[in-house]
Amino acid sequence: MCLAIPVQVTELLEGDMARVTLDGVTKIVSLALVEDVHPGDYVILHVGYALNKLDPEEAAKTLALLADAGAAA
Amino acid sequence: MKYVDEYRDGKLARALAKKIALAARPDKSYRFMEFCGGHTHAIARYGLEDLLPENIRLIHGPGCPVCVLPIGRMDDAIKLAQRPGITLCTYADLMRVPGSDGMSLIKAKAAGADVRMVYSTLDALRIAQEEPQRQVVFFAIGFETTTPPTAMALIDAQKLGLKNFFAFCNHVLTPAAIQALVGSPEAAASVPIDGFVGPAHVSTVIGTKPYHAFAENYRKAVVIAGFEPLDVMQAILMLVRQINEGRHEVENEYIRAVTVDGNRKAQDFVARVFEVRDTFEWRGLGQVPFSALQLREEFAAFDAEKVFDIHTVAAKDNPACECGEILRGVKKPVDCKLFGTLCTPETPMGSCMVSSEGSCAAHWTYGRFRDSAPKQRQAS
Amino acid sequence: MTAPRLRSRKLDVKNGRVDLSHGSGGRAMAQLIADIFHDSFANDLLAQGNDQAVFDIPAGRMAMTTDGYVVSPLFFPGGDIGSLAVHGTVNDLAMSGAKPLYLSASFILEEGFPLADLQRIARSMGAAAREAGVKIVTGDTKVVERGKADGVFISTAGVGLVPSGVNLSGDRARPGDAILVSGTLGDHGVAIMSSRENLQFETQIVSDSAALHGLTEAMVAACGEHLRLMRDPTRGGLAATLNEIAHQSGVGIRIEEDALPIRPEVAAACELLGLDPLFVANEGKLIAFVALEAADRLLTVMRSHPLGRDAALIGHVVADDNHFVQMTTSFGGGRIVDWLSGEQLPRIC
Repeated sequence: MCLAIPVQVTELLEGDMARVTLDGVTKIVSLALVEDVHPGDYVILHVGYALNKLDPEEAAKTLALLADAGAAA
Repeated sequence: MKYVDEYRDGKLARALAKKIALAARPDKSYRFMEFCGGHTHAIARYGLEDLLPENIRLIHGPGCPVCVLPIGRMDDAIKLAQRPGITLCTYADLMRVPGSDGMSLIKAKAAGADVRMVYSTLDALRIAQEEPQRQVVFFAIGFETTTPPTAMALIDAQKLGLKNFFAFCNHVLTPAAIQALVGSPEAAASVPIDGFVGPAHVSTVIGTKPYHAFAENYRKAVVIAGFEPLDVMQAILMLVRQINEGRHEVENEYIRAVTVDGNRKAQDFVARVFEVRDTFEWRGLGQVPFSALQLREEFAAFDAEKVFDIHTVAAKDNPACECGEILRGVKKPVDCKLFGTLCTPETPMGSCMVSSEGSCAAHWTYGRFRDSAPKQRQAS
Repeated sequence: MTAPRLRSRKLDVKNGRVDLSHGSGGRAMAQLIADIFHDSFANDLLAQGNDQAVFDIPAGRMAMTTDGYVVSPLFFPGGDIGSLAVHGTVNDLAMSGAKPLYLSASFILEEGFPLADLQRIARSMGAAAREAGVKIVTGDTKVVERGKADGVFISTAGVGLVPSGVNLSGDRARPGDAILVSGTLGDHGVAIMSSRENLQFETQIVSDSAALHGLTEAMVAACGEHLRLMRDPTRGGLAATLNEIAHQSGVGIRIEEDALPIRPEVAAACELLGLDPLFVANEGKLIAFVALEAADRLLTVMRSHPLGRDAALIGHVVADDNHFVQMTTSFGGGRIVDWLSGEQLPRIC
């Protein structure tokens, strides 16, 4: 269960809301469930709410691991 | 799309597939259950099963909250929508789910009920504020991913002093469901599951801690996997290695979004609004203890069950429906007599067909060409 | 001879609304027709003011089509119900290889509908017709009570001329044929969804609504005898159209996900809503089935036309008793592309 997608925060708005974008499509969503989010950060979006921040360092680690498979195989 | 496309790279997929094929021991068979509608969907949509060796089998567990919603609760929602003065707000996934007598929200809407499809609880709240003369009931379903938004909506409704906003709560809990699958005597007796592909976004909320009980007590390997197809494949590789090495641990593949503790802020909001029910009926699984949530007394004024005096009447599935066995991985969709005949996505008979994530629906929609053709594995 | 200009008070387009008298056949209706429809559609046949249009037809085969337009919202990025009605009707004719000639337009108007909006729609239709080189030569107007129509419904019919030697039909696809699409998929559906209030997302995507007969003419001229059929993937998207043809021709279809042209914004909007671009409507695209040996030539011809710049070869026809449409995913795995059961709805799950 969980159609959720990483989107980038472009603007913080009042009332714990924010404007986010995914490849040029923008939406206004709630940041009430997360903390310490700044424009430029990526968050996981689900039914109009950001659920979590996406950690770019960990993302890079995962990609490196996956790419490793590409190199080794 | 950043953080999406990279995890869908076809070249990397084929390389990973080779690694998995090498890691899987030819004398062993591996049975992994994935417990997340999103995973079922990704596997079907990308045809992942074609990339795996024959001795790895993926079983689709009850990870779809639409599928496990009992008919009786669907009937309750439809009846609410049919009451004059009530506006029922729902996620689109529920619009076509049939209740008893083949009635559904979309049919009720056609007959005049005020049913409104919403993308978010924020929309439902907005409707309640803009239309004070309507009693707006939000049809709340979902696992731990979707529960925090409902909690926020109720907290906001309380803050705003809204008198016309309610939630009909059907939120369910992941660990309890897994428990029902592995913990029961029937489960132990039937075909065993070697490991779990843990849900992606449920885990962003609850963290990895809750899964340790299964790894330790039931000696099952668990790998929390991200949502994209490469995540799923990497998780399968990690599971195969655990089995080969005789380990049963909780590992996290989705490190870019899942932490050990999860989202404490969201968990706290949920704890403020909801408490655990003693028991709840799951379609296909029967009564499962401590598996679902209800509103706390403090929020009684927003509880649709209390305010509208709802007494759920349990309704039975077709006796020939094999959903229970399919959900536990004992049977496959094609093993069910009703599959593709009486039971199709247009006329779903049981929980596995009602939403596109259900085992039977996914197989029908994406995979049934494999039933007629001889097995074609992608040569690595 | 033109119809006499009415001497009554000028129609208050700015503030006026449709009322039941506009459908009753009397002076009010005549004025509405003259001031809004005749004014916007302006052509000699319509100006005759008869209940029918009479015209000569050259010898040969005629194509005829009919369509209903009930789109909501009425005005969306890239078009409106009026231009959509013209494009859609022209395209249905064009898919047979016909040169579209004349359209009819019948309007069901809801009591209370603003005349300013009606004029906007009519002008848009007139412009679309002129641009496409077709004439709206006859029409009808009815008014129903408030609540019985969604503002306005438009029903059209169209006739055109099929050149001799051109035989395009949905049952002509054969194993080995190549399948081409004229451009990016899903634009129209996403543009419509973005203007629906309860989904509220912002995007630069506009509907691709366009008249395709210029493109089809070029395609038929270049590859006539090798072309099997053309069809525009409107409601139900590419998936519906491919399944229709597979069944009509009694064949299977195999397409490649990587070959499908989809704008990144459209893909993103679909991700956000849980939609599959394969099922999203298009209003300015076509799918062509052509004998394999002519595929390259056809692709070149399409790409040199403004409406075919992003044309692509997306798959082939195979023998298949199950008539399955199968897609090789970007992953290398396989999946079925089935008919949609009912309209595609956004999902959370």
